[in-house]
Amino acid sequence: MKNLVLLSGTASDSHTWNLVYLQLLLEESGYRVVNLGACVPPALFADECEAERPDLVVLSSVNGHGYRDGARALAELQTRPGLAGIPVVIGGKLGTGGPEPDRADALRAAGFAEVFDDDTAITRFQEFIASPVLCRTAGTVS
Amino acid sequence: MTGFADAVALAGAEGRLVVQPRMGMASPAEMRGGLLAVRDARAATVGTLTVDSYTRVGDHQAALAALRDGARLNGYPIVSHDPAVTRGVLDGLDGFPVQVRHGSADPRAIFGALAAAGLDATEGGPVSYCLPYSRRPLRDSVEHWSQACEGFSGHLETFGGCMMGQLCPPGLLVAISVLEAVFFRFHGVRSVSLSYAQQTNADQDAEAIHALRALAARFLSDVDWHVVVYTYMGVFPRTRSGARLLNDNAARLAVRAGARRLIVKTVAEAHRIPTVTENVDALESAALAASSVVFDESFEDTGVLAEATALVEAVLELSADPGTALLAAFRRGLLDVPYCLHPDNAGHARSHIDDTGRLRWSSVGAMPIARTSVNSTGPADSASLLAALNRVAHLHDTRPW
Repeated sequence: MKNLVLLSGTASDSHTWNLVYLQLLLEESGYRVVNLGACVPPALFADECEAERPDLVVLSSVNGHGYRDGARALAELQTRPGLAGIPVVIGGKLGTGGPEPDRADALRAAGFAEVFDDDTAITRFQEFIASPVLCRTAGTVS
Repeated sequence: MTGFADAVALAGAEGRLVVQPRMGMASPAEMRGGLLAVRDARAATVGTLTVDSYTRVGDHQAALAALRDGARLNGYPIVSHDPAVTRGVLDGLDGFPVQVRHGSADPRAIFGALAAAGLDATEGGPVSYCLPYSRRPLRDSVEHWSQACEGFSGHLETFGGCMMGQLCPPGLLVAISVLEAVFFRFHGVRSVSLSYAQQTNADQDAEAIHALRALAARFLSDVDWHVVVYTYMGVFPRTRSGARLLNDNAARLAVRAGARRLIVKTVAEAHRIPTVTENVDALESAALAASSVVFDESFEDTGVLAEATALVEAVLELSADPGTALLAAFRRGLLDVPYCLHPDNAGHARSHIDDTGRLRWSSVGAMPIARTSVNSTGPADSASLLAALNRVAHLHDTRPW
């Protein structure tokens, strides 16, 4: 059981404190984390997913372009064979003017397993990474 | 000396702190209006022309397309506008100095465009505009910054004293700021400023600014230099009173420790891009706060100068060429920016805020920093990181009035 999470920023987003924080949060829940950092273009994102074969992919964005950049990253991933079984989630401040439920739903329809884009994002994300589906492969906090 | 540096020196001789906003609009008319408002503020001001993010990453086609379509850009696309247009923005400002701010790891086109428009001041650095914001290899950034500096005859400010915005201990901020200034000087720049961003404790910050000035005097004795302080760049207070207090404290810090210039933040910082009026308010408030304090030679020495000196000396020993030395230093981890995820940063350094509100090392990786400066028992979990990131904002938002 490798319980590996691939964590990544989006193509146009240079913020990294969100990624530093999420890495700690995931590690405290027993996951190993590959953190790709900021400004990850879709092709590099998909290349890394192919190379690492993670159990979960987490995209985080806070620059307001997340709805658009997230969809582009997922679309690239879906062109690669053999990755369809890996759950991909996205969260953060995804729009310039607060949460937009319609655009979150569009991301879910496109194939994101979950979208964390509102005031409850961190709580729901913590519940998600502690959920039975993922706990099958994750270790426990020591 | 340059028009920009002359203005800072002149204000300094009069005992006035120069205050400066962040400001960039796509429209030449709006940009000009903003500069005029800053010039006419009740303070010793210099202007700022911040480029948009397409120009920052070198996508000038996208900036041109946005201008054609009338789309909103988040700054002034100085490379895409004709130099004559930019000269029009500046026309009749009567020599009011303006600095171009850009955030680019490849600033060559921007340096060319600002010179063509008759401007003489800009900022950044091969490390500070690469590691925190870019995936571009540090080697490429050093190469591009070398080329940009070679043809540049104006004033250049380091951004190295602002690494990561928050939670970088002052010794490393001071060292990178000095090293970028040494890099500029090596490539022929004769007028520089050295940045330092306000952190979590005013006494520690004052000590750091004194250290920065001491190292500038030692390593930059044959060029013109001054120190510029940045109002806190981390998570900002959400209340108007908290935001104003933090900005005013930065102004008092700058004067107390001998800096000549301050980059302000406004009450809108936690919420959105500020209006021109909010920027003018922040400038005038900072100038008023600055006028209430005087330079203080004394400070408590807790070892910031010694730490920064050891880092600078260890790097400069690696090569006579500061760019080569910086590359080798990051490769070996002699410089290691805490929490920086860039592939060319070693990533072993960590920091925390101690009980007195000072930034401390939790681990230093391979940096030549005394083990006595390291407290590896500091908290390192996600909740502690979140608390540290929000500490300054929280303290200023909950201060009783």
